Amino acid sequence: MRRVHQWNATFSLALFLFFCSAAFAQVPFERIANADKEPGNWLTYSRNLQGHRFSSLTEINTQNVSGLKVKWAFQSPYSRLEVSPIVIDGILYVTGPNSAAALDGRSGRPLWIWKRPIPSDYHSIGFGHSNRGAAVLDDKLFVATLDGYLVALDLKSGAERWSAKVLDYKTGYSMTMAPLAIDGKVVVGVSGGEAGIRGFIDAYDAKTGAQAWRFWTIPGPGEPGHETWSGDAWKTGGGATWVTGAYDPELKLVYWGVGNPGPDWNGDMRPGDNLYTCSFVALDAGTGKLRWYFQFSPHDTHDWDATHVPMLFDAQIGGAKRKLIGVANRNAFYYVLDRTTGEFIAGKPYAKQTWAKGLDAKGRPIPAANNEPSKEGNLIWPNLNGATVWFSPSYDPQTRFVYVATREIGARYFKRDTAYKVGTFFPGGGEDELPPDDAWGAIKALKAETGELRWEFKLHSPPWAGVLSTAGGLVFSGSDEGNFYALDARTGKPLWDFQTGGAIGANPVSFTIDGHQCIAIAADRVLYVFGL
Amino acid sequence: MRVLAATMLSLILSVVAARGAPQQSPPAPSSPPAAPDVAAGKLIFEGHCALCHGIDGGGGRGPSLRRPKLAHAADDEALKSVIENGIQPDMPPAWYLSPEEIANVAAYARSFGNVPPEVLPGDPARGKAVYVRSGCSACHILAGEGSGYGPELTDVGARRGSSRLRETLQNASKTIPEDFLFVEAITSSGQTIRGIRLNEDTFSIQLKDQQGRFHSFRKSDLRTLKKLRSETPMPAYGSVLSASELDDLINFLASQRGKP
Repeated sequence: MRRVHQWNATFSLALFLFFCSAAFAQVPFERIANADKEPGNWLTYSRNLQGHRFSSLTEINTQNVSGLKVKWAFQSPYSRLEVSPIVIDGILYVTGPNSAAALDGRSGRPLWIWKRPIPSDYHSIGFGHSNRGAAVLDDKLFVATLDGYLVALDLKSGAERWSAKVLDYKTGYSMTMAPLAIDGKVVVGVSGGEAGIRGFIDAYDAKTGAQAWRFWTIPGPGEPGHETWSGDAWKTGGGATWVTGAYDPELKLVYWGVGNPGPDWNGDMRPGDNLYTCSFVALDAGTGKLRWYFQFSPHDTHDWDATHVPMLFDAQIGGAKRKLIGVANRNAFYYVLDRTTGEFIAGKPYAKQTWAKGLDAKGRPIPAANNEPSKEGNLIWPNLNGATVWFSPSYDPQTRFVYVATREIGARYFKRDTAYKVGTFFPGGGEDELPPDDAWGAIKALKAETGELRWEFKLHSPPWAGVLSTAGGLVFSGSDEGNFYALDARTGKPLWDFQTGGAIGANPVSFTIDGHQCIAIAADRVLYVFGL
Repeated sequence: MRVLAATMLSLILSVVAARGAPQQSPPAPSSPPAAPDVAAGKLIFEGHCALCHGIDGGGGRGPSLRRPKLAHAADDEALKSVIENGIQPDMPPAWYLSPEEIANVAAYARSFGNVPPEVLPGDPARGKAVYVRSGCSACHILAGEGSGYGPELTDVGARRGSSRLRETLQNASKTIPEDFLFVEAITSSGQTIRGIRLNEDTFSIQLKDQQGRFHSFRKSDLRTLKKLRSETPMPAYGSVLSASELDDLINFLASQRGKP
């Protein structure tokens, strides 16, 4: 079977090179920074560095989307793909756990496949074996592995060019996210928030793999913010960084979400606000130094990571144009901040929540009664997965709406005693979810600068798929029951749907093949590509 | 930190989950493999598994474990695999347990198989007559006989404990399983279909009516779709059958264990 793949790969490669002289072009940073100038490609996780997941392609639009059909499908050996493909000049780059492949955009046939063995003693703590995608810069593709390596692959062949050890998986760290390539560097974050890690964000030199800087998400002794921890709790305080951030090339700031404190559900073991958990941090791209932070859920006890793709946009606030950053947080509030300073601009709930009475003038939550896990269990909305999770939102510059795949589900939260042991689950409690028919989902369109609800499209169950918006006036997303669908971006009206046959837990992308617009989504182990 | 699927998280995580040895720390070569700690397994079982399998392993939402052979776990390795990976979509995986903890809870779950069979009042032969007389086969299939509108009963004795069977027979609306939904669909032409939901997604729903016919609808084609959440077509037999008839019927159903 593998021999057939290899033969086909060689043949497809030759064929592709024959037809497409632009194949395997280099991707300097300028191309990524100016992604909007080449809508046929998808050069970074969110298509642009600003985290928009918006395509300016218009061939597929509200008038013709009902004719969308499958062009090809790629069967992966890995179940429940979470990948958001990179697309460069007609070639798709996809990833799985410790693996990557280049796919011919016309046929889906692999051009090369790269794999690195997962060590037999590797153990995921708190998540499945997954990988959400790659980054690209110049002539290399960058992939983060479960066992803690950032690997640079040759775009043409898949051969390893360098490999940097980011972390020691034996202590509970891992990596599942797509790296973010910025000017000359590759930025990565880590998983392990349920294993008592101390989180960090790393940058590596894209050419050599040498570490450029590290930002610890939990300040050590003597550093500002350390006073928000007591005793040794900071050493096992979590603060994972497992979702790809955003970058402002003008401000030269990297924006990144930080995960929950540990242990997750027992806050008695870590009194204080527990900075910088459940925060956005803005880091100097050159040095990794903290420029500002904003903590959404101080002293979180619900596992509400702030690991979301930040959306960077500009808008008029009080008569003045402001550089903003927006996020629909796992804690069920939508926030708008000034992305130069971190100042709180606006915030309001976008899903059912029972844990806070609201936000104060600085955006800090005002706790409601009975909002904590307890020995007997406390019913709280949202559940531990939050009102949205890792999957991407989308910012549409045409409607100026933010589209959020929203989970409407509560749970009974429990608190338990727990003891830290290196490389093991460190929960301090858990939850008992409400039955499936008591939960639902929605795609919600929010006014970007205020969070005001403009429309919602209800889903049968809480979703695990991200959102793509397009200049064709469409919003694409997927359901846990396998529906891939398109909505009218202005009204939320459903215009097209397709049953993929597998649960969708991935982000959609759009690009062109031979000049024609395509939409891709992974559903369970299959990557589908659609076109007219 | 996130987790992969909602179903993975429908359990109460307890302190015990953090106690076991990590997978990456195998025992020293000189020490023999430790025997499973059944007492530690009991604590995990009560926190994580009893919600569905019952505190005494007698079943509830999930099947009874009080039998020597488990349907999905022929041996201990298979049982450990089922605990770790779950059975989609019915049983969530316990990915968060260490191998040692999985071995402990497997040993405890297995110990239910040594429990002597429950002694029930009533007589299974008379129970069969009650089953026939009451017309149960108009809705249920048992050993290949009957109509498949309601749940299949061929192995109901393995799936449900006697107390759960009694509750359901007395008033089925009190024990509606999470995945059971009775619905009423009215089509755009005004036709009303009442049936049991077989599947549903955001855009479509599939039903089976009392005659066993399948119906598939695009939701957008329906005039109304009512989810009759506390309703079931099954009558409440608590007021129909005498106490001894009920005992006989429960005894008969409890003896229906499917394949040996």
